[in-house]
Order: sequence, then structure tokens, then C-alpha cells
Amino acid sequence: MAVTAEKRVVVARAGPDRSVAFIWLGLVLIVIGQFMALLYAPEEVTMGNAQRIFYVHVPAAWIGFLAFAVVFGASLGYLFTRRRAFDLAAHASTEVGVVFTTLAILSGSVWGRYAWGTWWTWDPRLTTTFMLWLIYVVSLMVRAYGGTGSQAARFAAVLGVIGFLDIPLIHLSVVWWRSLHPLPVVIRPEGFGSGLHPAMLQALLVNVAAFTVFYVALFSVRRRQMAAADALAELKHDESRRPAARWTAGAQEVS
Amino acid sequence: MTPLLAMFIGFAIVWAGLFLYVLRLHRIGRALEAEVDALRQARRP
Repeated sequence: MAVTAEKRVVVARAGPDRSVAFIWLGLVLIVIGQFMALLYAPEEVTMGNAQRIFYVHVPAAWIGFLAFAVVFGASLGYLFTRRRAFDLAAHASTEVGVVFTTLAILSGSVWGRYAWGTWWTWDPRLTTTFMLWLIYVVSLMVRAYGGTGSQAARFAAVLGVIGFLDIPLIHLSVVWWRSLHPLPVVIRPEGFGSGLHPAMLQALLVNVAAFTVFYVALFSVRRRQMAAADALAELKHDESRRPAARWTAGAQEVS
Repeated sequence: MTPLLAMFIGFAIVWAGLFLYVLRLHRIGRALEAEVDALRQARRP
């Protein structure tokens, strides 16, 4: 497609595209990570191959937390400065975070069906994670149905800040309350990754790195798309005002 | 449910979900390009 003036304006407003490098790096890491998850990491004694869900379930949950940490920072930035760039970052990260949290909940549900014999239980870890998911889905709904004004962005930013407070609660829920969910095996007082076989920890860390790079790529693409949609809406708005502007100018001349 | 089947379903959910989201982003990108094209056509004298 030929690069037109309109496209140049939209692309310039969307900002530089750095997502391609992240997509390729993410894909390479994903291939290595999946190889390690399926073939390199040893089989767990009690759950067998079902335990390998861990290598996609934990990174997906981690990305949910990371995405909502970005939402938290961007939401605070928006509430203090009212800059649209912060709102776009918060919106894009909320969307990607909801996708990864949904996948973490669904993959955990399959694992739970095998390990506990049930798809879902109102366990503290599961319930607090569901609350987190619900808060960010509501935030997306506020943006979708609350109009394009700053009020919807403000409400969504407040939800973005409140929702993040749930993350420490999720992490500590298995320690504070009696839970079916396993205790933390990576971040624990006995030492980083001390609850895992070294090969399992390596496979997990490679997959976490792969998912993190992939998150950066998806976030970058979505944020650029939102900025481009903004620029396009402005161009359309200018276009629709053209005849009116001419008419106003003419009216002024007559008067 | 066998351990292997559970593993397969878990992996399939995550990768299918990510694939569908990437597909959605691709479609949004295509729709944006189409809108820019439509605007260019409308502006053409």
C-alpha cells in the first residue's frame, strides 16, 4: 500500500514500532521454553505429565501480575497528569493482562480437575485471582461503554489502582489461609526457587522470560493501535468540520 | 482424565488463547489501515 499523508500522520502519532524485534525474540524463547517444559524438565512424581501445565500456567499468571503492575503505574500517572499517553498504556496493558489472567485461570482449572477432581473451587487463591480478573474486566467495560470522555478514563484509572492492591493478597492467600492451591515454590523465604528441582526452575524461568517478551510485544502493538485509532478519529473529526469551518468563515465575512 | 490429556488440554488452552488474541490484533490493524484508506479516498479531490 502506498504511504499516504493520512497514513504518515497516523503512524507518526502512534509512535515508533519496536514490536517486531520483541515478537521474534519472544518466538525464539517460546520454542526453547516449550522444549524445556516438555522434554528437559523431569516428570513430577505424584502428578506425572499433568504437572507440566505449570510451565504455561505460572508464566501466564505472572504476566497477569506484570500487566496489572503496568496498569497501576500508568493509572497513577494518568490521575496525576491527565496525559492521554498514560491512559493508552493503562488501557492496552489492561487488555493484555485480562487475556493472560483468563488463560492462567483456565489452564489452572484443567490442572485442578486432574489434581483435585474439580474444575473450580472457592479456594482463597482462586477466589482472589477471580476478583482480580473481574476488576480488570469491569475496567475494560467502563472504557467500552463509558464513552470516550475523560470520565471513563478516570474511573478505569481508579479501578486500575484498586485492582493492583489485590495482587499481594493473591500471593499471600495460600500462606494466610488454608488453601488447596500449592504454596509458592519460587518466591519463598527459604530462597529463590528452593521449592523446585533445578531443571524445573530453569524451564520455568525460560518460559517466564518468553511470556514476558511476548507481553512487551503485544502491549506495544496494542498501545500503538490505540494511539493510531486516536489519530484517525482526530483526522476524521477535522474532515467533518471542514465545510462548517468554511461556512463560519463565510458568515463572518458577510457580517 | 489421564495426566497426558490434562497436559495437552492445558497447553492447548494457553496457546489457542494467545493465537486468537494475536489474530484479533491483526484484524484490528487491518481495520485501521482500511479506515485510513477510506479517509484518503474521501479526501481525494
